[in-house]
Amino acid sequence: MNIHEYQGKQLFKKYGVPTLAGVPAFTVDEAEAAATKLIADSGSDVVVVKAQIHAGGRGKGGGVKVVRGAAAAREAASKILGMQLITHQTGPEGKKVARLFVEAGAAIAKEYYIALVLDRETRRVAVMVSTEGGMDIEEVAAHTPEKILREWVDPAIGFAAYQGRKLAFALGLTGGAVGEFTKLASALYDLYMKEDCSLVEVNPLVLTKDNHVLALDAKINLDDNAFFRHKEWNEWRDLTEEEPTEIVAKAADLSYVQLDGNIGCLVNGAGLAMSTMDIIKHYGGEPANFLDVGGGATKEAVTKAFTIILTSKDVKGIFVNIFGGIMKCDTIAEGVIAATKELGLTVPLVVRLEGTNVERGRKMLDESGLAITSATTMADGAQKIVALVQQSKG
Amino acid sequence: MSILIDKNTRVLFQGITGSAGSFHAKQCMEYGTTVVSGVTPGKGGEKFENTVPIFDTVAAAVRETGANATCIFVPPPFAADSILEAIDAGVPLIICITEGIPVTDMIRVRRVLDSQTKSRLVGPNCPGVITPGECKIGIMPGHIHTSGGPIGVISRSGTLTYEAVGQLTALGIGQTTCVGIGGDPVNGTDFVDLLKLFNADGKTEGLIMIGEIGGGAEELGAEYIKAHFKKPVVGFIAGTTAPPGKRMGHAGAIISGGKGTASAKIQAMREAGVHMAATPSEMGTTMAALLKKS
Repeated sequence: MNIHEYQGKQLFKKYGVPTLAGVPAFTVDEAEAAATKLIADSGSDVVVVKAQIHAGGRGKGGGVKVVRGAAAAREAASKILGMQLITHQTGPEGKKVARLFVEAGAAIAKEYYIALVLDRETRRVAVMVSTEGGMDIEEVAAHTPEKILREWVDPAIGFAAYQGRKLAFALGLTGGAVGEFTKLASALYDLYMKEDCSLVEVNPLVLTKDNHVLALDAKINLDDNAFFRHKEWNEWRDLTEEEPTEIVAKAADLSYVQLDGNIGCLVNGAGLAMSTMDIIKHYGGEPANFLDVGGGATKEAVTKAFTIILTSKDVKGIFVNIFGGIMKCDTIAEGVIAATKELGLTVPLVVRLEGTNVERGRKMLDESGLAITSATTMADGAQKIVALVQQSKG
Repeated sequence: MSILIDKNTRVLFQGITGSAGSFHAKQCMEYGTTVVSGVTPGKGGEKFENTVPIFDTVAAAVRETGANATCIFVPPPFAADSILEAIDAGVPLIICITEGIPVTDMIRVRRVLDSQTKSRLVGPNCPGVITPGECKIGIMPGHIHTSGGPIGVISRSGTLTYEAVGQLTALGIGQTTCVGIGGDPVNGTDFVDLLKLFNADGKTEGLIMIGEIGGGAEELGAEYIKAHFKKPVVGFIAGTTAPPGKRMGHAGAIISGGKGTASAKIQAMREAGVHMAATPSEMGTTMAALLKKS
């Protein structure tokens, strides 16, 4: 799960990561009031109005404006709120801005980059820094990898002060900024572990003209597996940032990812679900989704899953691919029949069943009267559904 | 011969009285696995299915019943602790089936695993390990397997493993041992660990290696194959069409920062001499053709 910058900065505050004063705003009036307050508190009339969407590159897309005075902040807010913000991470259609973060200005001397992420090879959290702040870090990694420095954190010890100094001196920090950086990096590591993050990224991390270090941005991804011990995540979730179908699927405990194609897939197991998409593509079709009903899905879950596919307007054909281990083939058949009874079946359906209770499942589908094409293998099924969808296009 | 488990393996089930734990413990017993004990804190002294003694702690179960492998069916909030308890009790083989353990928990577990040599972890978020005809520890359907070898299977995905095994069995080719290493970003035993074991196993004549997007474990496996592995390998990687930045079911199946793509893994495996199946339907036939040649 992703959270917004202003939510990330609330976490930063909790762990003592220095940030600028800022206030979230959902309307133009709130933005103006926020700017007025920040100006009064700081004595400087510079404020920054920032679009809050779950994507990077907001500045380049026109979603971040530095202004002087509350009236100018109001004007900037009215331009950004409601705009369709397009960045390299949003896709061509962009994302509608519904939230703002109004922040005090800062006198910046230099911009840096810091991120904490799981390094799967060492199985430890890696703290990565770079002097190339404000840049797209993937570009830096691709073209000047020597500009990225890393320290790996031993979970039994935590982020050690010497690691902070190593990175700080390598970045060229001096004086009090070295200690401030070490404290900041250590706080970010504590936050990463205690709040169950999968990414904490500050781009840019800045050095102010009076030699202080602070986090100008906050990008945090949370580990979905840890939802059970973070009830507060329910409030942080922004449903407008998620695909409507993915919200429905998540509520039903189904693993679902929307794709651009027109062949709906219902599969058990993540690996099999992924390779079902791959094999459809291999035979010239385009998958409409990734859908893993899981190992021990109930009839209700299968019904829900099949309903999601049936009600998707882009779906022109459906491929059910099941290798039943714990999952029983008759449960799948029950779910498919229940969903089609309610919604009807207007597109071609190819079913490949294998494994536990396969005979009973096949018999139920045969007797259901539904127009089902059965397949013997994955390859057979994929070829059949691709051909049927192409035929129906005429 | 086989790797990791055989007919002499004495298995303990952690979480034996839970709904998934009891169902699969029974299935394993029916398959012929020697299940010697179970652990459910607070239910020590009771019996599972009127035969298998239940203990409050793993240490007691190991001491009293000589268990040398454990299968963990404990829910995600408590699963990491169960793994740590098994390591503490010195159980040589720990197989964790549980899906959905927080990654930060596994980072800590992995630190403990790496600081000792007695215990090996398989999983979490995996189907388990089976040596057909001898011992099944996990949730895989036993009946699709064929005993006696000569093919080993290693996979990050449960159902894709069944797919490979089903194809081998249909072609009359048996399996030595099939291991699911799990779909999480931080796990125990990896491709390289198992490649070493299969390399040394006299009965294994060939290997099917199934990977998926995310991480770099397949690339490391490919490096080992290129340098040391003496037997033919058939490979398959799931997720060629997966969009970047999206978690595809498994917590570890995600392309992030341009890393962990299927194409990079396929290329590394090809360069190591692995025979890549074009589709998952061709894993069995690709292996059959290789066996004929040799």
